[in-house]
Amino acid sequence: MPKHDSILQTPRARVKHLGTARAGTRDLWEIRLTSFALLPLTVGFVAIVAMLAKSDLAEARALLGAPIPAMIMVLFVLASIWHMAVGLRSVIVDYIRHQHMRELALMANLCFAIGVGLVCTYSVMRLSFIQ
Amino acid sequence: MVELALPKNSVYGPGKIWPKPAHATKLTEFRIYRWNPDDGRNPQIDTFFVDREDCGPMVLDALLYIKNKIDPTLTLRRSCREGICGSCAMNIDGQNTLACTKAIDDVNAPVKIFPLPHMPVVKDLVPDLTHFYAQHASIEPWLKTETPAPEKEWLQSPVDRAKLDGLYECILCACCSTSCPSYWWNGDRYLGPSALLQAYRWLIDSRDEGTGERLDDLEDPFRLYRCHTIMNCARACPKGLNPAKAIAEIKNLMVARQA
Repeated sequence: MPKHDSILQTPRARVKHLGTARAGTRDLWEIRLTSFALLPLTVGFVAIVAMLAKSDLAEARALLGAPIPAMIMVLFVLASIWHMAVGLRSVIVDYIRHQHMRELALMANLCFAIGVGLVCTYSVMRLSFIQ
Repeated sequence: MVELALPKNSVYGPGKIWPKPAHATKLTEFRIYRWNPDDGRNPQIDTFFVDREDCGPMVLDALLYIKNKIDPTLTLRRSCREGICGSCAMNIDGQNTLACTKAIDDVNAPVKIFPLPHMPVVKDLVPDLTHFYAQHASIEPWLKTETPAPEKEWLQSPVDRAKLDGLYECILCACCSTSCPSYWWNGDRYLGPSALLQAYRWLIDSRDEGTGERLDDLEDPFRLYRCHTIMNCARACPKGLNPAKAIAEIKNLMVARQA
């Protein structure tokens, strides 16, 4: 329940607060998009990982050097990290009440997602192209 | 961060155990949340024994038995006694529901009764619903038109009228909103399942001409998008409505006007 900053503020003013942000639908769309994308990509990712399970480095490089497995891996990484970033953004907005803390956490979430995405994509590319 | 523990002044302790009625043959134990804003003490749980031979079958009957025959200071809201007004909404045995439609025999004894969760308490079982009602008012729950009013009435086909079934029956008891964790954490900005169900009731009313403006007013990360389809609202609704489905339909309308 609200913690009323001003006891003299009317209930309607508290509900209207700063007005509507005209935002949120994009997050919903992105979650739906990445969810659908991840259905086939996860199947491909699991299949590739299963094939890599008993292979040595040379065999792994040969498999990831092929265009289709490499693209599936990169797309899986990007879609899953995009999905994670949007989902975490929702968790942060849900649970962090303090305005400045929330803004910092949203920034950290974005930086973390970009960082992890870059590292994962670079790893796949390195295995694929650097012999 | 989210507060997971009760504030110190809301932590309840054991209260008074009231004597059993004399000559009663069938007794049921009730443990009821009590809090008086005037005595400066923390809430307490009082224990009452109700003579079932002298009391109606519903939890509200037992509460009125207690108020009339044991402790007249017990404070609660009630009006219609048949599930229409929503006044007697409270938390019975861990579930938000209406005391007037909840049978005592459907609850495991001792019957534990608390006010609706996560709302300021006025006294005993009476929550402060000021903010809840203001949220309902904010969705402007009335017909909005630009076309001049017809001479007789606004016409609606039976098919369009049927779309309002499952929505118009809401009695604003607040059982759904106060069972929703998202409303607990962000109830100051998230409108909650009750107001959003009402919003959808007007969004899909074929006679209404304010659909776009209504969607504009809802498109907000807090007002609408804090709903994560937890479904506590549908489980709690004593009228059998499904606010979560209505909220999902609002989200679909938001996507539909962009894609």
